[in-house]
Amino acid sequence: MKTFQRSFTYLVLLFLYIPMLVLAVASFNAGTDPAVWKGFTLHNYSELFADGVLLPMLLNSVIIAVLSSLIATVLGTMACLGMHDMKPRLRNMYMTVTNIPMTNPDIVTGVSLALLFAFAGTLLKMKSVLGFTTLLIAHVTFSLPYIIMSVLPKLSQMDPDLQEAAMDLGCTPRQAFFKVVLHEIMPGVISGALMAFTMSLDDFVISYFVYGPKFVTLPVEIYNYTKKPLQPKIYALFTLLFMVILLVMIIMTVLEAKDEKQQSQRRIAFRGRRKRKEVEG
Amino acid sequence: MKRLCALLLCSVLLISSIPVSASAAGGSINVYNWGQYISDGSDGYIDVNKAFTEKTGIQVNYMTFDSNESMYTKLKTGGSTYDVIIPSDYMIAKLISEGMLEKLDYSNIPNYRYIDKAYRDQAYDPKNEYSVPYTWGTVGVIYNSKYVDEEDVGSWDLLWNPKYSGKILMFDNPRDAFAIGELKLGYSLNTEDKDDLRNASYELIQQKPLVQAYVMDQIFDKMEREEAWIAPYYAGDYLLMAEENPDLKFFFPEEGFNLFIDACCIPKGCQNKEGAEAYINFLCSPEISGENLDYLGYSTPISKAKDFMDPDISASDIAYPTEETLANGQSFLNLSVEANHEMDALWLQVKTQGGVDSYAVWSMIALVVLLIAYLIFRQIRRKRRIAARCARWKTDSRD
Repeated sequence: MKTFQRSFTYLVLLFLYIPMLVLAVASFNAGTDPAVWKGFTLHNYSELFADGVLLPMLLNSVIIAVLSSLIATVLGTMACLGMHDMKPRLRNMYMTVTNIPMTNPDIVTGVSLALLFAFAGTLLKMKSVLGFTTLLIAHVTFSLPYIIMSVLPKLSQMDPDLQEAAMDLGCTPRQAFFKVVLHEIMPGVISGALMAFTMSLDDFVISYFVYGPKFVTLPVEIYNYTKKPLQPKIYALFTLLFMVILLVMIIMTVLEAKDEKQQSQRRIAFRGRRKRKEVEG
Repeated sequence: MKRLCALLLCSVLLISSIPVSASAAGGSINVYNWGQYISDGSDGYIDVNKAFTEKTGIQVNYMTFDSNESMYTKLKTGGSTYDVIIPSDYMIAKLISEGMLEKLDYSNIPNYRYIDKAYRDQAYDPKNEYSVPYTWGTVGVIYNSKYVDEEDVGSWDLLWNPKYSGKILMFDNPRDAFAIGELKLGYSLNTEDKDDLRNASYELIQQKPLVQAYVMDQIFDKMEREEAWIAPYYAGDYLLMAEENPDLKFFFPEEGFNLFIDACCIPKGCQNKEGAEAYINFLCSPEISGENLDYLGYSTPISKAKDFMDPDISASDIAYPTEETLANGQSFLNLSVEANHEMDALWLQVKTQGGVDSYAVWSMIALVVLLIAYLIFRQIRRKRRIAARCARWKTDSRD
């Protein structure tokens, strides 16, 4: 039974990762046909880095991902602070409301945002409203719930006395936030920001509805490559993208593990102190 | 804190407004074209948009679509404006009938004189008031000469030949697939008659057992690897396939074939009509058209452009068939909404008829049944275990 269980785990892993593996192998294939192995080559990668169209698109995607995740992190953290101070019932309600966009089908979000922008455009008498700004707004919108989801638990885990203690010791509320609270919730903020970054980098459906002629992201451009068969340099590009996401995910896991370790150590230290006090008392 | 937020928001607004204001300064146009449908400077070919900006100082904001229909939706949704769009023939007819295109000012497009007579004044835009041809191409039959007898070749009947059962590929979109059925029966490509459409769908249903797969882009791999021997597809793409596998051959069926033209238009609401016309004019200059289409592999509507192309392509009678052959070609027109619905419904019937799909349904049902059986089995086992435990407990407590 045990071997069966173990092999089942491997089977699931294989099932999850085999498409990516095929892609990565195809990116090193000398032939254009992914089904026939014609020898190892880095030619696809060198061609990719000489490409004048795909790389600027990739840069666009990265710009949007970085900016939108930064803005969403700041806004989301601020929202969390407000929600944290609410009464539990109201906070739960807010949590549900902010979580809905996460489960909402992307296509619904995309179409409704596009309609909203078109509507706002006619109100402002701007015919060409879709572009960089709308893309950024859309990405911030769908990133926000992820930030809130990862920051709010950190705030509830935090010892509420810490902030008061800091202020007792002479901090202004702002100093107390930046020196104590922010420090405490930092792991949540970072993992939320990384999550938002990856979500924004690979988003296609929402971007497809709100992008404008002046600013196009990579997934949208690739989707329109229908007039010719896919070139192998695109496999190379996807492999690199996958590696970037993988790296971000690894960083996230490492940070989380570190944070957990710190917390458990702190808990042990805290218990020890209490015990000592009891013994002395 | 408030000040910090304000600062941050301000900076965001600033950053977001930079690209817009920068491109507006030197004059710019928004071009909306098929993906991968212009020479972009890769593989040592010309970068058309860059060359245009260098020549005129007008910035090109370039955007792509994957089908005529998605372009149409984007135009209708609003929120962005385009100065040049490059749809296909039947979509141009639709856009004209809905009043979505601007009339062109030909005094700004002097290079129109280079466009060959054969591609002017087509049915989709009878006086060429709204559109200037960009590329054209044909749909014919690609076959592998290693496996297919020459005597079977020449007509659409090849796709219905039981000798090659399981080695035939077919278009995976209703309009192109129905066109083949209609041509085989001798109907017009633009028939809206319900009986005609039904008869064409019967032909397709009869063909289905012989068809290996309904595909679009996979045709490249399947034909080059000789997994399939016969497929209808675009002549321009055949030339690319033949480079990989020289055994592949091509013919224009005697019953007629589809001739398509993609043309530049200016949609209503454009912001820079003169810039747009300058762009269209630029695309029509023989040198640019030649180098651009040399990269694309489609055919140019400008005979003079052939001087700037790879002689192998410009001399090929597949990319540039004789006028006699071309006279046999028919282009698509816009069908009425009802006819489109009828065709979609019939196409669904063709696709769901027998075959693989029912396997999928049956295996789904089998899986669900197995799952339910397992759940029931577990429930029974649990009850039995509880009963056994109770019995044991009773005997234990008695002791």
